Amino acid sequence: MNDIWTMMWKESKDLVFQGGWKASIRPLLLIGIMGIYLPLQFGLQWLAFSPIEMFVILWIPFSVIISFIGDAIAGERERHTLETLLASRISDRAILLGKVVVTVGYAWGMALGGLLLGLILVNLFRGNGGGWMFYHPFDLFLEALALSLLTCILGASAGVLVSLRTSTVRQAQQILGIGTFVLVFGGISALQALPANFVASLTYSQFLLLAMAVIAVLDAILLGVSLVSFRRSRLILS
Amino acid sequence: MPEPLIHIEHLSRFFGPVKALDDLSLEVPAGIVFGFLGPNGAGKTTTIHLLLGLLEPTTGQAWVLGFDTRTQAEAIRARSGALLEFAGLYERMSAQDNLDLYGRISHMPAPARQARIKELLTHLELWDRRRDLVGTWSRGMKQKLAVARALFHHPPLVFLDEPTAGFDPLAAAALREDLAGLVAREGVTVFLNTHNLTEAEKLCAQVGVIRQGKLVTVGAPDELRARIGGPQAEIVGCGFTEQMLAMLRERPEVAHAEVHNSHLVLELRGESKMGPLVSLLVHAGAEVEEVRRGKASLEDVFLTLMEEEQR
Repeated sequence: MNDIWTMMWKESKDLVFQGGWKASIRPLLLIGIMGIYLPLQFGLQWLAFSPIEMFVILWIPFSVIISFIGDAIAGERERHTLETLLASRISDRAILLGKVVVTVGYAWGMALGGLLLGLILVNLFRGNGGGWMFYHPFDLFLEALALSLLTCILGASAGVLVSLRTSTVRQAQQILGIGTFVLVFGGISALQALPANFVASLTYSQFLLLAMAVIAVLDAILLGVSLVSFRRSRLILS
Repeated sequence: MPEPLIHIEHLSRFFGPVKALDDLSLEVPAGIVFGFLGPNGAGKTTTIHLLLGLLEPTTGQAWVLGFDTRTQAEAIRARSGALLEFAGLYERMSAQDNLDLYGRISHMPAPARQARIKELLTHLELWDRRRDLVGTWSRGMKQKLAVARALFHHPPLVFLDEPTAGFDPLAAAALREDLAGLVAREGVTVFLNTHNLTEAEKLCAQVGVIRQGKLVTVGAPDELRARIGGPQAEIVGCGFTEQMLAMLRERPEVAHAEVHNSHLVLELRGESKMGPLVSLLVHAGAEVEEVRRGKASLEDVFLTLMEEEQR
């Protein structure tokens, strides 16, 4: 556990802050879109968990993940820092989990920050004067957060597998970008393949739970394969 | 006799049909700088990877600090430092954060890490730049920092893979000086991969020469010079002809004779007297200004070994 914390400390310095305040502009920009621009545009409607919010809460963190995870793994190899790290006593698992936790935490934290800021701003500037309002329905909000977290883990673990097989960050990001389209359109096709009356019988909440179950299974498989694939001897040879 | 710090028995590593390392057996005693010499692609880096347990050997076994590289690699990595082919520094992090990271990895408590950062950076005259991002540093400064990182957790053994490769002679000499100072101060054993023979000559108490994955020879530089290089003589003057060289080569005490820029270099068999050879040259019409006797350099030894292997 201590080693995972060490890797998280390192990743937060190297990957997230990148040695200066300028690196915080990117997350602030995204939090600004999610937490200031969109909520003020939508007003109180922003708190009634609409499909556009669902899209924002799923898409933005996922796109952040796929651009960062390549840097975390293929980038270390490209910058020739991975070999030295592998020559230290830290375990393969701690290196991998430290990277995944920070990348997921960064992207998902950005989504949470945006939602929280949006909640405050809508209540302050677009409030109806009838007291504090929260995202509603609340169970849908929680399901969306969980689904967002699961898609972040999916992006991170897929990103690890892709990064292990590519030599540069750019190559990893290109493959992940294409992979995302395949995933989205594959998902839509899979949905269309389901019996129409079955899909129609599902509530929005049940649909989210079903999506969560599918993604959780994919997460478990991809994360498991990542842990097995992330091996010193293999990384040194690549 | 003390146990060797590194003990290698018939170690081989093949990458498909390529024999990167072929039946290497070697012992490195504690407390010395051991130079592993060889041309590019000789198998030096593969040897370090195997000793650190980063690669599995195809056959054979090795023990580092008493630990088996196959089954106890983590214990080896915990107790050794490494500066591999690249400096491996995080350029988007400060110098002190780079060192702090490896202190954290070694589970050093925070006050010990801070004290060690100050000690090493002060010694290397980098303390004032500790908060700078490493990406803004010169190559020489980065390499010094990488050496400090390898020594950070007081390891008894350090692996250095071509630490001065690609440096200009001045920067290489400065880094060598820092390296020698630190190694002596810390009392560590160093396994130094290099193809820089000046570096090996200045730093190493023992050297091993490797070519195409095979160990060619091992010993102290002086011992190798005596065993392989033999005594030499250099005659400065002019008028050295091919005919004179042929006459010299026929003499039993001369192993080899050649002319380099009006310097006649003779490799001798045993401690032969120079008088008869100089007399032969003067009678044949050469003008001799100066005669110097000496031993072969490590470079001569190295080149001789490489030529012998090629033959």
